[in-house]
Amino acid sequence: MTTVAVIDYGMGNIRSVYKALEQAASDARVRVASNAADILSADRVVLPGVGALRDCMAELRRLELIDVIREAARNRPFLGICLGMQALLDSSEENGGTPGLGVIAGDVPRFPDMPGLKVPHMGWNRVYQVHSHALWNGVPQNGYFYFVHSYYVQPASVSDVAAQTDYGVTFASAIARDNVFAVQFHPEKSQRAGLTLLANFVRWDGSK
Amino acid sequence: MASGLAKRIIPCLDVDKGRVVKGVRFEQIRDAGDPVEIARAYDRQGADELVFLDITASSEDRATMTSVVEAVAAEVFIPFTVGGGIRTIDDIRRMLNAGADKVAINTAAITDPDFVCRAAERFGSQCIVVAIDARRVADTADGAPRWEIFTHGGRRATGIDVVEWAQRMAGLGAGEILLTSMDRDGTRDGYDLALTSAVGSAVRIPVIASGGVGALEHLAEGLTCGGADAVLAASIFHYGQHTVGEARSYLAARGITVRSVDGG
Repeated sequence: MTTVAVIDYGMGNIRSVYKALEQAASDARVRVASNAADILSADRVVLPGVGALRDCMAELRRLELIDVIREAARNRPFLGICLGMQALLDSSEENGGTPGLGVIAGDVPRFPDMPGLKVPHMGWNRVYQVHSHALWNGVPQNGYFYFVHSYYVQPASVSDVAAQTDYGVTFASAIARDNVFAVQFHPEKSQRAGLTLLANFVRWDGSK
Repeated sequence: MASGLAKRIIPCLDVDKGRVVKGVRFEQIRDAGDPVEIARAYDRQGADELVFLDITASSEDRATMTSVVEAVAAEVFIPFTVGGGIRTIDDIRRMLNAGADKVAINTAAITDPDFVCRAAERFGSQCIVVAIDARRVADTADGAPRWEIFTHGGRRATGIDVVEWAQRMAGLGAGEILLTSMDRDGTRDGYDLALTSAVGSAVRIPVIASGGVGALEHLAEGLTCGGADAVLAASIFHYGQHTVGEARSYLAARGITVRSVDGG
């Protein structure tokens, strides 16, 4: 039975992610983890999160999880969600410049100031899958997922982009490289499409 | 501007001591007072979000709401907001830890506007909704319409201008405005479109229109003429007059972008 560690660093909807994984994959053992041993002994790791990247990085540092997460992201199926996706990049514009984990090259700008463009980007928007991936199995192409965010990721390499969404700009709503997959939307709040993606993650061997 | 962002349809449930009140009548519901069962039914119909308003009078009974939120979050995988009695940072933490995605702050924002700022700094703007209960008052000297915030179920005037207040709340870090017209609430005459539009064009955060829905065309008006980002309704859904799915089809047929529940 595969084990899934949901990293708890005190920011956000851990319970929702945990419950959604349980619902999506009843054959997996899901646990909430906040120390190195619990994270690195799991077969797969989820980094969720909502809020500000500066606080997120400060908490990860305080819990001594920075290197633990980098290691987990090197060698097993790894899923970043929302802030847990943004944290994987090199740096964010948030709070006048905040360094991230540097797992995926690129940065995290804020949505531009445009007339009529409300920020945060909040609600259901379409996710266009730019190439096939095991995590998209059974997920409708251009289907709707739930978003809440004011910043978005801009990977340095276009080959890391797994899906795109339009909101004032066309941004990477999912990224994928090797064993790492990360999404800007909240699969745990995206009803059936989200649960399908989570179920795919729990069965994923870490390749495309 | 390229945006596929869908307009949201949000059923609202009033909860008293852990039970849904104002009677929900669906055919597939066995217990019309059970918040979890009703939430599940709306989820199945394709609701985009849910709002639970805790109208419990006494603070002892309010602890019940926490277990309601936990039970809903364990079974319903769409976002939901909890409002009513949110007065402290601890109240917010309790609801978010229990599984709510957002909290709606109403009276506490009026007695202490800085609470909104502290809440947004602590938990992020994305989960802080400011609820505004508005009534139209005498026009300004140059004949423009004007609305004031009312408290105590719309009975007590505060003298606060609604549009200015919405801007101030956005500036303090609110992520969304839940805007209820107390003039229209319960009338089934439709939203106060002038109010919705005045607030929506004054702030750069999403606005949820509320108060007055009696027919599907009111939802469409709120999103088009009112310019709302989301529409909240209670009775048209609760009494089985319309399902959320019917509302979605109605809006889609009028060219309004709504989520297609079965994918593409």
